[in-house]
Amino acid sequence: MAWISGVGDTPFGRLDGETPLSLMAGAAAAALADAGLERGAVDGVLCGYAGTLPHLMLATLFAEYFGLAPRYAHALQAGGATGAAMVMLAARLVDAGECRNLLVVAGDNRLSGQGRDGAVEMLAQVGHHEYEVPFGPTIPAYYGLVASRYMHVHGLGEADLAEFAVLMRRHAALHPGAQFKAPISVADVLASRPIAAPLKLLDCCPVSDGACALLVSAAPGEPRLRIAGAAQAHPHQHVSAAADLADFGLADCAGRAREEAGIGIDDIDLLAIYDSFTITLLILLEETGFAPRGKAAERLRAGVFARDGLWPLNTHGGLLSFGHSGVAGGLAHIVEAARQLAGRAGARQVRRPETAFLHGDGGVMSSHVSLVLRRE
Amino acid sequence: MSGRDALAAHFWQGCEAGELRYQRCSGCGAAQFHARPFCARCGAAPLWAVSRGLGTVYAVTRVERAPTPDFARRVPYDILLVDLDEGFRMMAHGAPGLVIGDRVRVGFERSGTRALPRFERLPEGDS
Repeated sequence: MAWISGVGDTPFGRLDGETPLSLMAGAAAAALADAGLERGAVDGVLCGYAGTLPHLMLATLFAEYFGLAPRYAHALQAGGATGAAMVMLAARLVDAGECRNLLVVAGDNRLSGQGRDGAVEMLAQVGHHEYEVPFGPTIPAYYGLVASRYMHVHGLGEADLAEFAVLMRRHAALHPGAQFKAPISVADVLASRPIAAPLKLLDCCPVSDGACALLVSAAPGEPRLRIAGAAQAHPHQHVSAAADLADFGLADCAGRAREEAGIGIDDIDLLAIYDSFTITLLILLEETGFAPRGKAAERLRAGVFARDGLWPLNTHGGLLSFGHSGVAGGLAHIVEAARQLAGRAGARQVRRPETAFLHGDGGVMSSHVSLVLRRE
Repeated sequence: MSGRDALAAHFWQGCEAGELRYQRCSGCGAAQFHARPFCARCGAAPLWAVSRGLGTVYAVTRVERAPTPDFARRVPYDILLVDLDEGFRMMAHGAPGLVIGDRVRVGFERSGTRALPRFERLPEGDS
């Protein structure tokens, strides 16, 4: 069995004077302190990628920088799903007996080091170089296409999407490290600058600096947080090659993770779902089983995803308001879920959650990882 | 990247000539738009074909925030996913104001070194 034995992070936002490595080191040191482990106990390192530090061997680069000589280390790339994919792999490596304490770490200074223009241009390259990029799309444009289809099929409007931006901002307000905390309304979202219709500025996650880290261990910490289930699905890479923008087939992925954990939907009391855009949340919540198709916004309005609701969602504020620092942005959902399960979420703490469901999305609904975390 | 993929170059040369080229599998008959030396469905060899250029808008977005300075000079512009009648889907530019379900016809618009496919609404009565 594999356990999350410690978590750590930096604030998200503009962090001048930092590098990806210094940010990663800050989060890693915090995770080690949280776990009560020394550097020498770390025998595995998994990391993602950093926009400002392209490198063939980022895990080894970081290990040397941080003062580690692990028996297992490499980087991993699955876009926004990288954080969840690293946790899944770390759990499998622990289960296989390969490592006893894997450090999973990611950090990026894309806001201060790359700038918004540079980040937007880099990220657009996830599209097909011959059959998409020549038309000048951006990541918001790819998701704008997805949103247009979703709204057409389900007869929903831009206000239905906007509700999720408002909820994420409300949740971020209670996190001391969140990038955006000022309250917003649905009207604010609808009035924000158009980016890629139907998505406006406040439907889109920001560009942030920041880092997150966690330790996946063969021995539990206190309390005992088990990685109880994990599954992946990779239906396509490019939005223009997706079979059906109204059904990415993720019910199966979520179902396999819950089956491995031996739980059903009703056992879940906390959600941490990738939210690169408002539309991402609606689709992922519905496909992974937390709302009927087309009904995620209706469930939100009924209070289901609020901090005191049936399924509190992204209590740190998600990518949309806590911030999006590349791989660390996706890892932040997992750090927050672990803190909630451990009862260490401070003012954000929801009532005694035991079981969290997490889902990461990379590319344009391209790479998916579902996770189940349980306090035992 | 462009120019290094000979199959993609053949597609873009078609655009220069006013042809929307795609692949049709010689084995299973599937249409394939992202050109490959094999059919991604069955593995058999595809053959090139030319589309009539008629299709239906599947998804649409209007880009107001461009990815690069070149495109920033053109905003806003509409990007579509179009389902072509021959059974493949592609990304392209669209005339302003197209909506999902509109019947459209392809044209080609000069943009830098490429002739970019751009769809316009079919007149009523045309199919």
